[in-house]
Amino acid sequence: MTTEIETLQDELLAEVAGVADLAALEASRVAALGKKGRITAQMKGLGKMDPDQRREAGAALNKVKDVVAEAIEARRLGLHEVELEARLATEGIDVTLPVRQQPQGRIHPVSQVMDEIAAIFADMSFTIAEGPDIEDDFHNFTALNIPPEHPARQMQDTFYLPQREDGMPMVLRTHTSPVQIRTMQDTPPPHRIVVPGRTYRSDSDQTHTPMFHQIEGLVIDRDIHMGHLKGTLEAFCQAFFEVDNVRFRFRPSYFPFTEPSAEVDIGCSYEGGNLRIGEGDDWLEILGCGMVNPRVLENCGLDASEWQGFAWGMGIDRIAMLKYGIPDLRAFFDSDLRWLHHYGFVPLDVPTMSGGLSR
Amino acid sequence: MKFTLSWLKDHLDTDATLVEITDKLTAIGLELEEVEDRTEDLAPFTVGYVVEAKQHPNADRLRVCIVDTGEGQIQVVCGAPNARTGMKGVFAPSGTTIPGNGMLLKPSNIRGEDSNGMLCSEREMGLSDEHDGIIELAEDAPVGAPFAQIMGLDDPVIDINVTPNKQDCLGVRGIARDLAAAGMGTLKPLDATPVEGSYDSPVDVELNFEAGYEAACSCFLGRHFRGLKNGPSPEWLRRRLTAIGLRPISALVDMTNFITYDLGRPLHVFDAGKVTAPIQARMATAGETFLALDGKDYELDGEITVIADQKAAEAIGGVMGGEASGCTDETTEMFLEAALFDAHRTAATGRRLGIESDARYRFERGVDPAMVRPGVEVATRMVLEMCGGETSHTVLAGTPDVPAKVVAFRPARVTELIGIDVDEEEQRKILSDLGFGIAGKSGNWQVTAPTWRTDIDGEADIVEEVARIAGFDRIVSTPLPRLSVTAKPALTLSQRRRPTAKRALAVRGMMECVTWSFMPRRFAELFGGGTEDMLLANPISSELDAMRPSMLGNLILAAGRNGDRGFDDVALFEVGPQFRDATPKGQDFVAAGLRRGRDNRRHWAETPRPVDAYDAKADALAVLEAIGAPTASIQIATEAPGWYHPVRSAVMRLGPKNVLAAFGEIHPRILDRMDVTGPMVAFEVFIDNAPLPKAKATRNRAELLVSDLPSVQRDFAFVVDEATTADSIVRAAKGADKAFIGDVNVFDIYAGKGIEDGKKSVAITARLAPKDATLTDPEIEAIAAKIVAAVAKATGAVLRG
Repeated sequence: MTTEIETLQDELLAEVAGVADLAALEASRVAALGKKGRITAQMKGLGKMDPDQRREAGAALNKVKDVVAEAIEARRLGLHEVELEARLATEGIDVTLPVRQQPQGRIHPVSQVMDEIAAIFADMSFTIAEGPDIEDDFHNFTALNIPPEHPARQMQDTFYLPQREDGMPMVLRTHTSPVQIRTMQDTPPPHRIVVPGRTYRSDSDQTHTPMFHQIEGLVIDRDIHMGHLKGTLEAFCQAFFEVDNVRFRFRPSYFPFTEPSAEVDIGCSYEGGNLRIGEGDDWLEILGCGMVNPRVLENCGLDASEWQGFAWGMGIDRIAMLKYGIPDLRAFFDSDLRWLHHYGFVPLDVPTMSGGLSR
Repeated sequence: MKFTLSWLKDHLDTDATLVEITDKLTAIGLELEEVEDRTEDLAPFTVGYVVEAKQHPNADRLRVCIVDTGEGQIQVVCGAPNARTGMKGVFAPSGTTIPGNGMLLKPSNIRGEDSNGMLCSEREMGLSDEHDGIIELAEDAPVGAPFAQIMGLDDPVIDINVTPNKQDCLGVRGIARDLAAAGMGTLKPLDATPVEGSYDSPVDVELNFEAGYEAACSCFLGRHFRGLKNGPSPEWLRRRLTAIGLRPISALVDMTNFITYDLGRPLHVFDAGKVTAPIQARMATAGETFLALDGKDYELDGEITVIADQKAAEAIGGVMGGEASGCTDETTEMFLEAALFDAHRTAATGRRLGIESDARYRFERGVDPAMVRPGVEVATRMVLEMCGGETSHTVLAGTPDVPAKVVAFRPARVTELIGIDVDEEEQRKILSDLGFGIAGKSGNWQVTAPTWRTDIDGEADIVEEVARIAGFDRIVSTPLPRLSVTAKPALTLSQRRRPTAKRALAVRGMMECVTWSFMPRRFAELFGGGTEDMLLANPISSELDAMRPSMLGNLILAAGRNGDRGFDDVALFEVGPQFRDATPKGQDFVAAGLRRGRDNRRHWAETPRPVDAYDAKADALAVLEAIGAPTASIQIATEAPGWYHPVRSAVMRLGPKNVLAAFGEIHPRILDRMDVTGPMVAFEVFIDNAPLPKAKATRNRAELLVSDLPSVQRDFAFVVDEATTADSIVRAAKGADKAFIGDVNVFDIYAGKGIEDGKKSVAITARLAPKDATLTDPEIEAIAAKIVAAVAKATGAVLRG
């Protein structure tokens, strides 16, 4: 290679190395490799040479061209990195600022607990049955072995609506039990249902609201006894309260639609103002139950010598309060945003037996 | 039902402790409500003798007393005006807690004099409000004796809850019988041997009923007494009545109250000098009035049973006696009534007249028909014992109807129904102890119910008797057999939509509420309800007197309440029932929600905007999507109910009739009437109107057919009449060439400068998807031309220049 070409390479490389930014680099590239660039000018001079000289100088010039092009590209990447770093340094944000809002609603505790109950009883082969809130006197009372003059009607403060044209008194159901009657009338045994729903009693004070929620259970088959009732309720309470052991006390009681009847107390303790279900020496009444009265079976057209079974009923609001430590029943129905946000459940927390009922 | 331990022991011979007894009461179905045992509370208090009471040297109103406690002499500074030498009072040593005020007594020095205890007033003892001086005990009260014992306060008061079927336990004797059967001792015999009368009763009794009314009073047994001296009853009786919350009145009246509670047998005593014989039981006549013992006048009618003399009604049968013929301290001649009144009629009378009484409570639950005569004999003894005098022969009208209820009973049913093993021998003992008669052979018994068990109806009742006495604690928990190896769904498809709807709305930032099924009538009327058939006959208040025709009313009120608390931006929903008519089928399951205020809080990066009808529309669509309604087929029609803004609302329909949802702004007039600040937007989704998917044999989805060839977007701006709906443009565009046209979206609406008055510009973008080959420019132009033509044809639109 001639000294002239070597000098050219050295000069061009020095220029590339010396540029300050991408614009100057581009200028250097044009000055070296552009149409009017120095290497291009040298290339043009090759035509005047004889073949041997041309071959030698051409190879040398091509090499210079490659070396310079490579240097420019390396320099471009280097300058690019520097510029990027400089730009990034100016792009800071306050990562502590609150994110854009995606308001999240809440599921009411009554709905959540109903879903929990459905999950548990589905696992025990029950289905959910329902009935109307406005009931006729027959389904709410008479068919349940509560005739008009029965003292049990005085146990419940019933809301009445104007009576039907045929003289049938209409009531707001005082319990979910009329759905037992509708189920037994409409479908053949065996039965294994739970009935969640709104119920109404003319009662309003610290612990009573004129509307509340009940869950009713009914099992009718040929050989169902009170031991099954106890087993079912124990299994439910263990699952619902999410404890390994639950102590139970069955006390004889009276409901016209069951015979024998019992009220059930669940073991509990109060520690530092906190209620713990399942353990402890105290008792808490949680539900009423019994073996379905043969009169009720007969009222539904079932042969009481063939079919028997049990029924129970308990307050959904009440077990929600017990499980989640919610103090005031009346607040359930007040729709206070703060209460709903605090005691409500996020919508994706769907209770399942596989994933658990609550977190 | 209240009674005291000593009262129980009149009937029950037992060594059981109070706790054993109260535990057993609960175990056999006589649930313990409360036991008040003051023995422990009052143990430190004893009878103290004031040896000397002298003036306190440094205080005018105080005295320094030396009290003999029986165990020594103690100095007490006392402020009571009646503290004096030689009296006996209630002494409390230092270290005692005073029941009336919870104060702990400490040794102290009051103005220079030591005081090491206290002499107590009635208020301090928690006995009454009396605080003018200290309690003065009888002179013969033994010094050092427990105060509780002296005052009869050592008799625990037991309160139990008696269920309506256990009317036999509305008398202490019945409770004792149950306890004896449950192994708590032995039932003592009742002395009801007849007391011989010494003369014929000058007052005769009659049953005077027209045909059909005989059951109102089936039996009337009476007895005359003379030479009586009425007055305060003996202390033991007064104490017992006071202990259970009754006010002692006079020996004769207290006797009837005592026997009501002792034997569950209500009685009545007339002042024989104030009645004109004979006395009869009859139906009242319409308009007859009666002044009862409670001092109130009652107007009677032909369905009410009365006991009357020849002039007027003197008692409402089974409910309450009369003021005019009641016994007083001056009574010397008395006529005792023991009658049997019909349970249903007594209940109806009591309800109609609004009278609660111990007699009504018992008669309406069923009084032992065989207790008429024994009740009279026990009462006779008490009267003669307390008031002296003599008694007549009894007079009787009618006969007590004492049915012998026989029930076929298979002892094996106890195991079959309860799941516990109780052998025949144990069952026989339990039933006999409860008074049941047993006949028949092993395995098949004929069980006769005792006369006091008017509730026994069938075999299940006998099973219950055996089980409750044998003990429910013997029931062994048994798992229900599983019906399938893995669990099947508990919810039907239609039931599953409700939780789904709830969670879909909560995900959209809405809060779930549960509001009353009722609402104020004046507001229900705003939502098409509040008609007579939907009003409660006995509402708890006028704010809750009508069944809700729509849930929006309650949600609007809830928004108002939250606004009052300073939370103006709300997004509330409820999924629940609303009521079309007052029949069991007149109820719909609805998801309803409303929003007010801004969609978000103020934020550094985005500006909150006021919610509008499109938010409500989106909410409604979200529910419909979530429950699987065919949203692509929905038609929008501006036919929303009257509670929505007339031109900012619509319904979503399938076909011409099936309304799936309504949405829009709430009519400002409604908000005005309800006094809640708006604007508000709301929706109602009629969940059950959405058709359920058809049952399918397989869960397979249809095959996905898509092309990898690039699709293209084309935008069009149409100028249309202002009234032209966006939906009609989109539908026309989509229908222009279904093979190639995919999504069509509205991306701009403009009216104003550059657009003729009464017109607007609607810009849409359409995605054109190729099928077999990439679309060429001429093909694209051809499709675009079809779109323009179709929209022009449907809406009269022209392309914006």
